Amino acid sequence: MNKKSATFPVLVIDDVAGSKGPAQLPGPSNISHFAGRPRPGEKIIKGVLAFSAALTVVITVGILIALIVPGVEFFVNVPIWDFLFGTRWTPMFADADYGVLPLVSATIWTTVLALIIAIPFGLGAAVLMSEYAHPKLRAVLKPILEVLAGIPTVVYGLFALQFIQLVVFKEWLQLDTGAFSVLAAGLVMGIMIIPTIASISEDAMSAVPMSLRQGSAALGANRMQTSVRVVFPAALSGIIAAIILGVSRAVGETMIVAIAAGSQARIVTGPLEAGQTMTGFIANAALGDSRVGSLEYNTLFAVGLLLFIITLIINMISIRLVNKFRQVY
Amino acid sequence: METNSPDQPASSATVRPTPSDVALPDQPDAVLTCDNVDVYYGSFKAVEQVNLGFGLNEITALIGPSGCGKSTLLRSLNRMNDLVEGARVAGTVSFMNEDIYGPGVDAIEVRRRIGMVFQKPNPFPKSIYDNIAYGARVTGMKVSSMDDLVEEALTRAALWDEVKDKLKQSAYGLSGGQQQRLCIARTIAIKPDVILMDEPCSALDPIATMRIEDLMQELRKDYTIVIVTHNMQQAARVADRTAFFTALPDETTGNRTGVLVEYGKTGQIFGAPNDKRTEDYISGRFG
Repeated sequence: MNKKSATFPVLVIDDVAGSKGPAQLPGPSNISHFAGRPRPGEKIIKGVLAFSAALTVVITVGILIALIVPGVEFFVNVPIWDFLFGTRWTPMFADADYGVLPLVSATIWTTVLALIIAIPFGLGAAVLMSEYAHPKLRAVLKPILEVLAGIPTVVYGLFALQFIQLVVFKEWLQLDTGAFSVLAAGLVMGIMIIPTIASISEDAMSAVPMSLRQGSAALGANRMQTSVRVVFPAALSGIIAAIILGVSRAVGETMIVAIAAGSQARIVTGPLEAGQTMTGFIANAALGDSRVGSLEYNTLFAVGLLLFIITLIINMISIRLVNKFRQVY
Repeated sequence: METNSPDQPASSATVRPTPSDVALPDQPDAVLTCDNVDVYYGSFKAVEQVNLGFGLNEITALIGPSGCGKSTLLRSLNRMNDLVEGARVAGTVSFMNEDIYGPGVDAIEVRRRIGMVFQKPNPFPKSIYDNIAYGARVTGMKVSSMDDLVEEALTRAALWDEVKDKLKQSAYGLSGGQQQRLCIARTIAIKPDVILMDEPCSALDPIATMRIEDLMQELRKDYTIVIVTHNMQQAARVADRTAFFTALPDETTGNRTGVLVEYGKTGQIFGAPNDKRTEDYISGRFG
């Protein structure tokens, strides 16, 4: 650009000052001094980017419509009140009941159990990696965590069913439990979520400026105090985002619960009971032979819609929380 | 609020002996001393063979060109270098005749007694009140009233009148100069004996700089202050004694290692330096 400008008429500062009237620029006045070269490539790139952005929106809306249409058909046949607050879920039986609470109860159990495992261990791993670990240790730990995140969930499901439930719970601990339990599913789901929470929280904590840690150390704080009182609050919005992502993954996780939690839809009252989650139901029933447009078919979408709304609410709450606790540094 | 004004202190280049120069003893009554101190980063020697004593209730300025190791030395005085991977100190740094790197010495306790103010203001993303209370809370200081402690620290840092109505607001709403005074207030709130300042005014405008300098004169009655500065006028204005450092390249490796060239009363350093290099530096011929 600088080289180019030399070929243009040079504007003399004295003229601008106004002492000799308006600046006299040499050359024909109808040629802009600022005309650039045309950049057709830029338009194409912009078009591609806009298309990509539009596509995600269109797909999301499409999924939503695909969920809502059969969902609404379902609620024409089943009162929404009976669906939300009914305690018996037997859509495939002759005397069908469509109370979704049993599915919701199993989802709550597995999600809460998963978070009880994932939050402390995930955050602990994050604090260790960002505040304590020698760079060499960190270089080993982070890839291991990422491998953990890359294990297919079906493997986790198998692990929960065959090892945790059968070997650990029944053989070693002699617990009074059947072939399935929400505890085994929740526990393993928690292990699965640890890397998500650890990795995102660690990013948030590492982003806290070193100067804050130095300031804290210079006031006589030890590492733990610096981590807990300065770094953690400063990274809190990122940490909350990590936890919410973990919650969303737990609520939406399908394979582990479909394999290890069981397939009987009933209100779960204890961690050693079996139960069917919302996702577990969809996975099981979608493999069946329900006719398109039938009530059983629409039932799938009603549950899917509920799942979608729950996730949406969790996301909205998280945005609120993040804004509330945000500490800008 | 704090804008440039024609009477900015930085422009007054007049070098004068500080008024206390005459009353100052020839040798400092040292509370903090360096004996043959070398500071290394890994195998790289950043500072070599420093012998210095920082006098009680005096302001000592460390000056010199970039890379001469003055900040490195400052950070070794309260073991902030411990936080840097591979940093190591040889020789002895002692506070009231106790080796601060000795066995059984808790670096955290060292930093509590020898506080530090940094180049860029670094308030915590907390309220003004919590910033001041932080040190007392983490060190478990016995305080009868935290409110009084906060007020006293802010008053001593000449910030109280400006912030007394917004103590619960974020410290990030303050201007750069106010933030730096907050950081000084935070440091004096835990009642250290020595305050180390690492170019505390380099991110500030001249008016804010002047305020900090006034504050230093005020604090000097109770504290021993060591300040690293790039601004020679600042050293001449505020310091009782000045130490001039320079960097010498190693003949074989070419690595530049900082050495102490000259140390004396500020008036003497700026008025009649003994070393040619000091004279060249302060007269602007190099650095």
